[in-house]
Amino acid sequence: MTTRTLLLIGGTSDIGRATALRYAQEGWRVMLAARNDEEAQRNGEDIAARTGAEVTVHRLDILETESFTSFLDKLPHQPDTAVCVVGELGDQVRAQSDPDHARLLLRTNFEGPALLLGILAERFLERRSGAIVGVSSVAGDRGRASNYLYGAAKAGFTAFLSGLRNRLAPEGIRVVTVKPGFVRTQMTAGMKLPPLLTAEPQEVGAAIYEAAERGRGDVIYVRRLWRPVMMAIRFIPEPLFKRLKL
Amino acid sequence: MTPLTGWGRYPRHASELITAASPADLPSLMASNSGFVARGNGRSYGDAAIGERITLCARGLNRIRAFDRASGRVRVEAGVLLSDLLDVVVPRGFFPPVVPGTKFVTIGGMIAADVHGKNHHRDGGFGDHVEAFTLALPDGRVVSCSRGENPELFTATIGGMGLTGTIIEAAFTLRPIETGWMRQTIHVASDLEEAMKALRDSSASTYSVAWVDCLARGKALGRSLIFAAEHATLHDLDALRPGTPTFPSAKLGRLLIPFDLPSLTLNRLSVSAFNELYFRAGAVKADYPHLVPWDPYFFPLDSIGNWNRIYGRCGFLQHQCVVPTDHAPAVLAEILDRISRRGTPSFLAVLKQLGPGHGDLSFPLEGFTLTLDLPVSDSAFALLDDLDRLVVEAGGRLYLAKDARQSPATFEAGYPGLARFKDVRQAIGAPGKISSHLSTRLGI
Repeated sequence: MTTRTLLLIGGTSDIGRATALRYAQEGWRVMLAARNDEEAQRNGEDIAARTGAEVTVHRLDILETESFTSFLDKLPHQPDTAVCVVGELGDQVRAQSDPDHARLLLRTNFEGPALLLGILAERFLERRSGAIVGVSSVAGDRGRASNYLYGAAKAGFTAFLSGLRNRLAPEGIRVVTVKPGFVRTQMTAGMKLPPLLTAEPQEVGAAIYEAAERGRGDVIYVRRLWRPVMMAIRFIPEPLFKRLKL
Repeated sequence: MTPLTGWGRYPRHASELITAASPADLPSLMASNSGFVARGNGRSYGDAAIGERITLCARGLNRIRAFDRASGRVRVEAGVLLSDLLDVVVPRGFFPPVVPGTKFVTIGGMIAADVHGKNHHRDGGFGDHVEAFTLALPDGRVVSCSRGENPELFTATIGGMGLTGTIIEAAFTLRPIETGWMRQTIHVASDLEEAMKALRDSSASTYSVAWVDCLARGKALGRSLIFAAEHATLHDLDALRPGTPTFPSAKLGRLLIPFDLPSLTLNRLSVSAFNELYFRAGAVKADYPHLVPWDPYFFPLDSIGNWNRIYGRCGFLQHQCVVPTDHAPAVLAEILDRISRRGTPSFLAVLKQLGPGHGDLSFPLEGFTLTLDLPVSDSAFALLDDLDRLVVEAGGRLYLAKDARQSPATFEAGYPGLARFKDVRQAIGAPGKISSHLSTRLGI
C-alpha cells in the first residue's frame, strides 16, 4: 500500500502535535505547516524520532491568504487528509475596543482556515479523493459575552465546514468538524478546568483520526458530555439567555 | 506562589512557578530571573528541585529530537520522561544504558542527579554515558558541553543538581536488547554478610540489587533477597518459556493511591507481615533463572502510582548513603541494627554495590549503598543524624537526590569535589542566581 500523507495546519499547537503523532503512528507521512517553523521543526523531529515516519516542515502564515496557492503547490506531496487546528483565543475585552485585535481573531479563526481549506477542497474534488478536518469550537455554538469574537469566528468556520460537507459528501470527500471543548494545552495552562469536560491533546488527536479515517462522526465533540451541555445551552430561550453570565 | 515538595513530601516550600515551553524561552527566562532552579518531574525526594524563589518547570522541553535506529543514539530534550523514551525505544530493541529505580524521571533530572542503576558496578552512572548536552547558563548564554568541549562545566553539571544552569537537551547511546524480558535469578542471603558476598559474587551480572528485610534482628540481621539479572536473549526466551512474545505487552491499569493513608497504617506489624510474605515469595523462586518483564524488574514501585502517600500527610525521609567497601560491612550492620531496633519501621531497604563516580558532586563511590525510608518524625531526624555520623566517619556520603535534611558539615565531609564545583559556579555567575532550597541549606 502506498504511504498516505497528512497535511497538518497549525503544527506548533499541542493538538496539532498530538494529531500528527497519531497519524504518523498509523503509518502516515506528515507535512507540518506553521508560522513558527523553528518550533514546528521541534515537533517534526519528535514525531519522526518516535515513529520513524517521514516528516517535513513548511512555513505558512494563516493571515497571508494570498500565499495559499503557492504554498500548496510547493508541498512535496499532495495531501490525502488535511487537518486545520489553527486557533487564537485572543482577548475578548481587548477585541471590544481594539478593531485590529478583533480583526486578527476573525481572520485567524475564520478567514484564513476557510480560504485555505476551500482551495484544498477544490483540489480534492478534482481528483475525487481526500478528507478535510477543521477544528472549530464549542464557543461557536452560541455567542456568549465572555468570548463572542472568537465564538463568532468559530461559528463562521463551523457553518463553512457544514456547507462544505453538504456539498462534498456525494463526491465521497469527507469533511469533519471537531469541537474539542476544553483541552489541557499551553493555551489553557494554569486554568482550572472541569475534569469531565477536559480532554488531553492525545484524545483530540485520536478522535480526529477516528472520525476522518474510520468514518466515526461528521461533527464531533471530543468529550461526549459536551453534546448535551451545548444542546442545553443552545436551547435556553433568548430572553433568559441574555440575562445569564456565561 | 505554589507550595512545592519533592517525592518525599517533606519539606514543603512556596515557590513561584514559571514554565519553559521551548528551548527558545530559556535564554530570556534565565537572564531575567534569579533565585531559581530547574525542575523536571519532581522525583528527587527532598528540596533539590524547589527554587529558592522561583522554580523553572522544564517539562515542556519534552521532544525526542533524534533516534538513530541503527546505532541507538538518541538526542532528547531535558524534560522528556524516561517512561516516554522507554515506550519508544524498547519495542525497537533498545534500552537506556542506565535507569534509576523509577521511570518517572526526566532525562535532565537523570543527568543532574547522575543517577545510578542496578548496573552501576559494571557500567557506571548515567553521566558516564552522556556524550554531550547543551546548557543554558545563568546569563542566558547557551553552551555545548562534552568531555572535549567545556569539560569542567560538563563534569560539574553531571550530578550538579541543576546548579550550573538548565540542561536543554542531551545525547547518549542506548544499548541493544534482543527481548523485553529479564533473565532473573534470586539468591537468598540469611544475613548481611551473605548479602554483601552475594552482591560481590553476582558482580559479573549486568544488574544486581538486594532487598533487605530491615525488621530482621540478631543473627538474621540483614537477611536479603538478591535479584541478579541480564537482558534476556532470544535464546533465553526459547529455553525458559518457548512461545513467549519477544516484548511483553505494556501494562495498562496502574494502581493509584488516591489519598494519604493514615500514618499508622505502616506499623511494625504490617510491615513485618509484608516483608515476611515478600521474602517467602522470593525464596520460593530462588536460585534458578526465570523471566520477568523489564518494567517490574527495574521499576517495581512505579506500578503503585503514588506510593509516596502511604507514609501519610507528613511525608517521609529517604536516607541513602554509600560506604566505602572496607568499612561497609561494619557500618551497614550498625545502621541496620539501629533501624531494626526502632518501633517505626522502614518500608524499603535496598542494598547495592557501586563503582566509582565521576561528576564533582556525583554520589557514587566504590562501596555499598543502603537506602532506607522513614516517616517524618522528630525521632527519625535524630536517628538519621546519628547514622550520618557513622557514614561520614567511614568516608561515605549521602545522595543529594534523596536528601532533605543532612547538615552542611555532613555534606562537606562527604563531597571533596565541592570546592571545584563552587569554582565552576563562580566562573559562570551562578551563586545567588541559581539556587534551590537544597543549595541554600547546604551552602553550595
